[in-house]
Amino acid sequence: MAAKSSFKNMVICLTVICLVCSSLLAFFNGLTEEPIRVAQAKKTETSLAQVMPAFERTEARSVELDGTEYPCYVATAGDAVVGYAVESSVIGFGGTLKVMVGFDAAGTVWSTMVLSHSETPGLGAKCTEPAFKDQFDRLDPAVKSLQVSKDGGDIDAITASTITSRAYTKAVADACRVYAALSAAPEHQE
Amino acid sequence: MNKLQIITKGIVKENPTFVLLLGMCPTLATTTSAINGMSMGLATMAVLILSNITISAIARFIPDKVRIPSYIVVIATFVTLLQLAMQAYVPDIYETLGLFIPLIVVNCIILGRAEAFANKNGVVDSALDGVGIGLGFTLALTLLGLVRELLGSGSLFGWQLIPSQYNILAFVLAPGAFIVLAYLMVLFRKVTAKK
Repeated sequence: MAAKSSFKNMVICLTVICLVCSSLLAFFNGLTEEPIRVAQAKKTETSLAQVMPAFERTEARSVELDGTEYPCYVATAGDAVVGYAVESSVIGFGGTLKVMVGFDAAGTVWSTMVLSHSETPGLGAKCTEPAFKDQFDRLDPAVKSLQVSKDGGDIDAITASTITSRAYTKAVADACRVYAALSAAPEHQE
Repeated sequence: MNKLQIITKGIVKENPTFVLLLGMCPTLATTTSAINGMSMGLATMAVLILSNITISAIARFIPDKVRIPSYIVVIATFVTLLQLAMQAYVPDIYETLGLFIPLIVVNCIILGRAEAFANKNGVVDSALDGVGIGLGFTLALTLLGLVRELLGSGSLFGWQLIPSQYNILAFVLAPGAFIVLAYLMVLFRKVTAKK
């Protein structure tokens, strides 16, 4: 079975194994770097197309608000800005809930989409379904109150998943504040 | 022991989930749906086969006192390779299984097979052992996922069969995992004891 252990052969053995393994990993990392980047870029692109009105190009920005960095995207068609999207992360019931929130040029929420979540299947995970998330489509944050109805707002929570619903609503509300900062910043109004 | 027996013992006599009760954490956590259970089983099987082959090939050269760290490095390497590959080619499944992919490293089935089988047997037998145990694990997880998905979400592999008002939510949550696992284990014992 195994060889007798001595200080020398233990050191040699571990060194060789680690060297072989790390070079294998380095090689494979180089191999998959490009496909992983493409897969992620494709995902962002699909979500952007979902949450904003039709556009031609997008430009990535980043806005800092209350110490949190929010990745943002400005969509343009021709020379006109047609929409904005904000990637908003909040703590849900089971972990981070990442929502892409899209706005049209007038500041109305166009649509939203869950990028990643770890909510309970069958309960909080229903936040990805139209029954809940379509409430945010074409929602004007100036008219409607972004809180669940239990807290006196205009959003109907998912049954038995108030925490997830609150988190999702907060994600959209955060995105609205980021949008306000984004559209007000002078360098974005050219 | 002939080659076929090595495979079948992993599925029946030494089924990692129902008989050996190894790797309970991913078993309970990832089987919220049939497809999740199956993906987790297949991912573990891939790592298990590769690590069994490698470990049986290099076991002779590894000094006894450092064999556990050596095995863990080998296993961790394969898990990372798998993780990168899944991230690149099946990002959706990777996202659902999330944390449980890197945790395959510490899945006791894999280290257990390395210690109990791969370091005492040849490369071919170890590969077959990996296939057998891996299949046993995959089948168990898929079955668990099937039952939980059917009772909890009313669907099978995403196909809605039972309208959502008749679903029993508890089955997709943690308590349901324990209940289904226990009943499946009883059934499994009953069926295999008869033979």
